Amino acid sequence: MIEIKSLVKIYEDGDNAGVKAVDNISFNVEEGRFYTLLGPSGCGKTTTLRCIAGLEKANGGEILVAGKKVFSALDGTFVPAYRRPIGMVFQSYAIWPHMTVFENVAFPLRVGKQRLSNAEIQKKVSTALEQVELSDYGERMATQLSGGQQQRLALARALVREPQVLLLDEPLSNLDAKLRERMRFELRELQRRLRITTLYVTHDQVEALSMSNIIAVMNSGVIVQEGAPRDIYLQPKTKFVANFIGSTNQMTGQVTRLEGNGTATVHTDDGEISCGILDGLTAGSRVVVVVRPESINLHTQQPPIGSNVIEGKIGAAMFLGEYVDCTVELGKNILQTHQRYTLQVRRGDPVWVELPAGECMALPAEQ
Amino acid sequence: MATAAIPRTGKMTMSLDPALLIPVVGAGILVYLAVVPLLMLFVGSFQAEVAPREFVYTLKNYHAAYASEYTYSTFLNSLIFASGSAGLGFILGTMLAWLTERTNTPLRGIFVPLAVVPLILPGVLESIAWIFLLSPKFGYLNVWLTNLFGLKSPPFNVFSLPGMIWVHSVGQVPLAFLLMVAAFKSMDPSLEESAMMSGANTWQTFRRVTLRLLMPTAGSVLLILFVRTLESFEAPALIGIPARIYVYTSEIFLAFNEYPPDYGRGGALAVGLLLLSAIGVWLYTRATKEGKKFQTVTGKAFRPRQFDLGGWRWVGFGFLTGYFIFVVLLPFLVLFWASFLPFFAAPSWDAVSKLSLDNYRYLSGFRPFWDALQNSILLSTLTATVAMVLTSLVAWIVYKSRLPGAWILDFLAFVPITIPGIVMGMALILLYVAFPIPIYGTIWVLLIAYVTRFIPYGMRAASGSILQIHSELEEAASASGASWWETFKRVTLPLLRPGLAAGWIYICIVSFREFSTSVLLATGESRVLSILLFTMFEQGQVTVVAAIGVLMIATLLSIVAVFYKLTGKIGIQT
Repeated sequence: MIEIKSLVKIYEDGDNAGVKAVDNISFNVEEGRFYTLLGPSGCGKTTTLRCIAGLEKANGGEILVAGKKVFSALDGTFVPAYRRPIGMVFQSYAIWPHMTVFENVAFPLRVGKQRLSNAEIQKKVSTALEQVELSDYGERMATQLSGGQQQRLALARALVREPQVLLLDEPLSNLDAKLRERMRFELRELQRRLRITTLYVTHDQVEALSMSNIIAVMNSGVIVQEGAPRDIYLQPKTKFVANFIGSTNQMTGQVTRLEGNGTATVHTDDGEISCGILDGLTAGSRVVVVVRPESINLHTQQPPIGSNVIEGKIGAAMFLGEYVDCTVELGKNILQTHQRYTLQVRRGDPVWVELPAGECMALPAEQ
Repeated sequence: MATAAIPRTGKMTMSLDPALLIPVVGAGILVYLAVVPLLMLFVGSFQAEVAPREFVYTLKNYHAAYASEYTYSTFLNSLIFASGSAGLGFILGTMLAWLTERTNTPLRGIFVPLAVVPLILPGVLESIAWIFLLSPKFGYLNVWLTNLFGLKSPPFNVFSLPGMIWVHSVGQVPLAFLLMVAAFKSMDPSLEESAMMSGANTWQTFRRVTLRLLMPTAGSVLLILFVRTLESFEAPALIGIPARIYVYTSEIFLAFNEYPPDYGRGGALAVGLLLLSAIGVWLYTRATKEGKKFQTVTGKAFRPRQFDLGGWRWVGFGFLTGYFIFVVLLPFLVLFWASFLPFFAAPSWDAVSKLSLDNYRYLSGFRPFWDALQNSILLSTLTATVAMVLTSLVAWIVYKSRLPGAWILDFLAFVPITIPGIVMGMALILLYVAFPIPIYGTIWVLLIAYVTRFIPYGMRAASGSILQIHSELEEAASASGASWWETFKRVTLPLLRPGLAAGWIYICIVSFREFSTSVLLATGESRVLSILLFTMFEQGQVTVVAAIGVLMIATLLSIVAVFYKLTGKIGIQT
């Protein structure tokens, strides 16, 4: 539904003149999918979205929306934003303060090419407001809505034109934590119900993981990894992805031998670790072994079998309610682990950490 | 570029993109309004005669203007007049601002709106009112004080440099007050609090932190008051010329009023004044840029610290009360009183018995008054409308279009701020006196002059409100399928309306009271109210002048009232 081919965007003015905000990226979003661009601020995700919307003009590449070419650097095609079949929700919601809720939603219908009768507008706006559960608020001034309601209003306005593609630019980042959690769920439900192709931009990994069909992690203008949330989380391909998504422990080391089936043994400062390994790495490669805090098992007594078990002592244990955030000091490395809240340990207690081989991954040390 | 594929209709359209057409037209208009007259003035000042068949280069105008025996005294007078007015206006404005904003002076809240009331009083009327009060022959204050203390000679003489300085500076106080209030308001109290937490006492805090933070603002306020005084012509015309105290602006006026008019010398003087003013404005923009380094506005809402004046707060209260009775109220009262008198007389039982509506009755059948009133109203509303339409488009292009070279428009729209009113008049005479279309001597030349002069004010109002509009509000319209024009019409313009209305009303008011440009351009049938006041005052019909003044103030007040009503309606609650 959305096809991006070798998109390049270079900033022409301002402080970052000449910087490649988007550096030759390509991806496809299939119909009905929820696709997320995830990355830190300045990684180019919003710029990419704005190029698709037509709010920015890219410098190179091609953009197809719903099978139609809307931008191409080759033949100079540039369909202006208002002629693209899209709906968009902005980070600030961009609710027009001089209109009522109803008028905000009716606006896309009133300015479009096709002229609708008042009755049709009435009907479409009501449907859109119903979808976001704002039916009772039509006559209010838009500024009288709460943050969450404004967010839903922005969504209704984006959907009322029945666009082929929905673009969402960090729509939840202005909400407080509780509301954000609920809206995450509601947004995904609505998207599923309408089966509308959605491109979502966020820097929040929880949003990305919980809502998306596909995530593309971006950094410095390029897509560093694309995949299903589970794959991105469990099989990061670079140090950056491992670090950016979730918290990660890293232990540097050297591959001693490959075991086949994508596993290997790595020599680290704190002993030998068997773990998964990225394709292309060979014996002798400098690597980082990454392992999630919640993957690590902690034993207060030495476990009988010794593979991937390292002795250490408790550094700090913080009770966080849902779990205990417990750091373990090994010989050289300090590991962060998440343990069940029932765990009761004190600083300095001897412990044994068990690193399940299936959940450890060796990645190239240099990117 | 113009061949954009349109997905829904599949039709190809060739269209002139308004986003490209409008900047070019805008730049053309601005160049014509702001640059062409200045070029004409510059060229004219080197010409032997006005609108010659062939250009004869000469320096004789500059010789006549700057090598005469008066050159030195004119320069000195201008300097004393400008620095005196700037200094006094600044001190009074700062005192008012500090007492009302940062101290616990009793009733300070009601003084804030009162402090800006004098803005409604046109400069010509301000001068006339103070002549009524301080004239050595018949000034009320002089007569009273002489009788009260049995003085041999009147204590005040308005027809002097100090008199001019006083009259002009009290007119400047509201501006100084507003600028200083803004400075006091935007000061982050934590800066002062942290000084106190570091062990500084109240006085040390004031001297080492508050004052230092204010310094850039104070410098730029002084500078702008200085330049505005230099450009002013009200006090120099009504007080300076009878007193034979000449400053730059009056020299230009006199060169024009000679018979035959010496346009060349006037032009040469105007070029000099323009340069002085341009240097002042350049220094001002530099100073405000410097000031940004000191900027303490964080966008966070805070209440500035309040100084406890203790017993001194009653002294502050006395100062405020005295200021409002003698400086704000008295000029209005004296005009009002005089407007009912058959001839000028001090308030007494005898005079009370002579009070009548004769002056107003006379005016009702006085043709020139009605013509002037009609011209003034027509001109001020037209000027405000034209200027706001033009500047809202220009401001949009400058701040939103992201077109390369948009800053040129910004610069062009700023140029007129450096043009003193009388210089504008001189330049337009040189441009239009031999213009193929005979607009010289009509109100249309005044319209051009006013629009040009007030474009910078319009720009400030328009750009201020445009910058406040989050660009996502417009982008959302675009993403909803609205074209450039529909977005501008249905989103940008309605959001701008309160700001544009404020700019409109402000330009309307300053146009209505405009004097220093009109004095050269408004003649015969194109005469406006301020000029009618001036000529009738010179002819000695002082009580009729007072009546016209009262009606003028009433008109201005009703404009303001209508404005408040309108903004109340269209105001947006956010």
